[in-house]
Amino acid sequence: MSEATANKIPVTVLTGYLGAGKTTLLNRILSENHGKKYAVIVNEFGEIGIDNDLIIGADEEVFEMNNGCVCCTVRGDLVRILDGLMKRKGKFDAIIVETTGLADPAPVAQTFFVDEDVQAHARLDAVVTVADAKWLSDRLKDAPEAKNQIAFADVIVLNKVDLVSKPELAEVEARIRAINPYAKLHKTERAQVKLSDVLERGAFDLDRILEIEPEFLSADDGHEHHHDHDHGQHHHDHDHGHGHGLKHYHDEDMQSLSLRTDKALDASSFMPWLQDLMAKEGGKILRSKGILSFSGDDDRYVFQGVHMMLEGDHQRPWKDGEKRESRLVFIGRDLPEQLIRDGFEKVIPS
Amino acid sequence: MPDFNPLQEQESIVSVTDRVVPVAIGAGVTAVHFLGDKAAFVGVEEKVTLVDPAGATSPVEVAFGGILCSTSDGKRIVMGCDDGKVVVLDREGAVSTFATDAKRRWIDSVALHPDGAVAWSAGKTAFVQAPKGEVKSFEVPSTVGGLAFAPKGLRLAIAHYNGVTLWFPNMAGNAEVLEWAGSHLGVTFSPDNKFLVTAMHEPALHGWRLVDGKHMRMTGYPARVRSIAWSAGGKGLATSGADTVIIWPFASKDGPMGKEPAMLAPLKAKVTMVACHPKQDILAAGYSDGTILMVRITDGAEILIRANKGQPVSALAWNAKGTLLAFADQDGDAGLLEL
Repeated sequence: MSEATANKIPVTVLTGYLGAGKTTLLNRILSENHGKKYAVIVNEFGEIGIDNDLIIGADEEVFEMNNGCVCCTVRGDLVRILDGLMKRKGKFDAIIVETTGLADPAPVAQTFFVDEDVQAHARLDAVVTVADAKWLSDRLKDAPEAKNQIAFADVIVLNKVDLVSKPELAEVEARIRAINPYAKLHKTERAQVKLSDVLERGAFDLDRILEIEPEFLSADDGHEHHHDHDHGQHHHDHDHGHGHGLKHYHDEDMQSLSLRTDKALDASSFMPWLQDLMAKEGGKILRSKGILSFSGDDDRYVFQGVHMMLEGDHQRPWKDGEKRESRLVFIGRDLPEQLIRDGFEKVIPS
Repeated sequence: MPDFNPLQEQESIVSVTDRVVPVAIGAGVTAVHFLGDKAAFVGVEEKVTLVDPAGATSPVEVAFGGILCSTSDGKRIVMGCDDGKVVVLDREGAVSTFATDAKRRWIDSVALHPDGAVAWSAGKTAFVQAPKGEVKSFEVPSTVGGLAFAPKGLRLAIAHYNGVTLWFPNMAGNAEVLEWAGSHLGVTFSPDNKFLVTAMHEPALHGWRLVDGKHMRMTGYPARVRSIAWSAGGKGLATSGADTVIIWPFASKDGPMGKEPAMLAPLKAKVTMVACHPKQDILAAGYSDGTILMVRITDGAEILIRANKGQPVSALAWNAKGTLLAFADQDGDAGLLEL
């Protein structure tokens, strides 16, 4: 993490459908003995009973930027609140933004890309989505917001796993993975998750885009710490989990796409393609990330995007023995998969 | 390539830095106002520090938490706080709570009328209380971005998303809405009451000629405009947001329409604060690198008040007579200059 980035206040966005356990997780974060002070931004009509000194009510006002880009929406209230908070440097260490269950995370994330003042003082750390193991599958069918929240997430806390059977859990997990194979998934009861699993993730930090491997095969990642909670058999399935594996679902609305090539890309043809793709299809592409190997460049180039907003930078030199390949992932709604694949093929030097 | 600057601008201009009385506020400052000849530095939270021309400081506790906004008419300072309180500090240093929001929401903006009426906003609601009158409120469609009283009559401009609402608190009936797409954050009437100008979330100003609602777009800024000030007599509107002070001409009946702004005092830093002298064509400009310049508007001549050291300048004001200039930066490193 660069020094400039380190000095910025990290902001964690906490999303999740109604009743999934957002407030439980929030209170866990706040009550843990971490010695840190949080400023918490909650929806004005949100749940009560949050125990924290600095709580600010937000209005979830989404507005379009005046730049001709229809998907370029930001949270006006957040700009205003962060503005007020940032003047009080040193009074808190991090900010948590809790959204309503019906909120689309994109405008929250985009606020951090388009507002220069917000960008100067705060950095988006990660979008954490709390999902209800019992009801998520239903919500994914009837609530587009729930699907957005899963698709957008860097970290998914699959909560209330004690209320479902093992097959049900496998089912909901597969449904999540059909939408977002890249997020870290943690299975919890009463939102019991290690704070380090949800905070200080650096999910939007270009320096920390290390690997973009789907998590299909490591779906139980990070759940070791649950063992001391003595909640029976539900989670202890890693040894025999491979037998049935995860069912593979295809989600009708939300898809992800991964591209890869080991041929060095030509920046002068790749970048215009990527920018053009984002300008034209960015409304459908919720999140994008990439690690790129350009010819004539000894540095890894990394980028990430939220809808049409892209940011990229040289990250570090490729290491000796490191496989120089380019990888890109896209998560989106009605993703134009073939168009993206074809376009990418065309910019791979033959 | 290293910067090569053969002109050494900083050394060639007239400097009065040695005449500045330094003041250490000890905490971030968001604004400075004058109560008579005392400069009142409004801290980011809890305190206002009163400083006499000799530099003697006396802090006054005004709030428990953050002070989000402030304004002054020279007799008192009205502040909006993050505990839902509107607090007033008078010339004698007495603090009183003027109003408390029922839901304890942030008081995002405040305004003062020359006749003594106070306006404030919380969320989507603007409130006005005239002296001896009752509190009246008006709700706009989205969060209030800024408030300003018209120079004449009891008329309040309420900036919000997609425009500005002009409300006459003493009159029943519909308020007038001036529409323009986008988020309007700051708002000001020209001193002659002919124009209304907003600072937008995007790096631009928008203006309306009040007689016919004609639009004026003032664009081209690299950064959001956070500080605007009318020059003496309202001939020009000086603004922050660029690496020069941008001054839009408002002397003619068409305002800046079809005209180029004046661009004065260019530096390799962004202008963060502007304050116009109350009587002469002079302004003070504070920059993101800590520089403060005094600039003659007619020819752009500059005088150095503070060298480029320290944090971005966050507060800048003249006293009513124009004999004192006060400034502070984000860290509370402040000063007073007597002219």
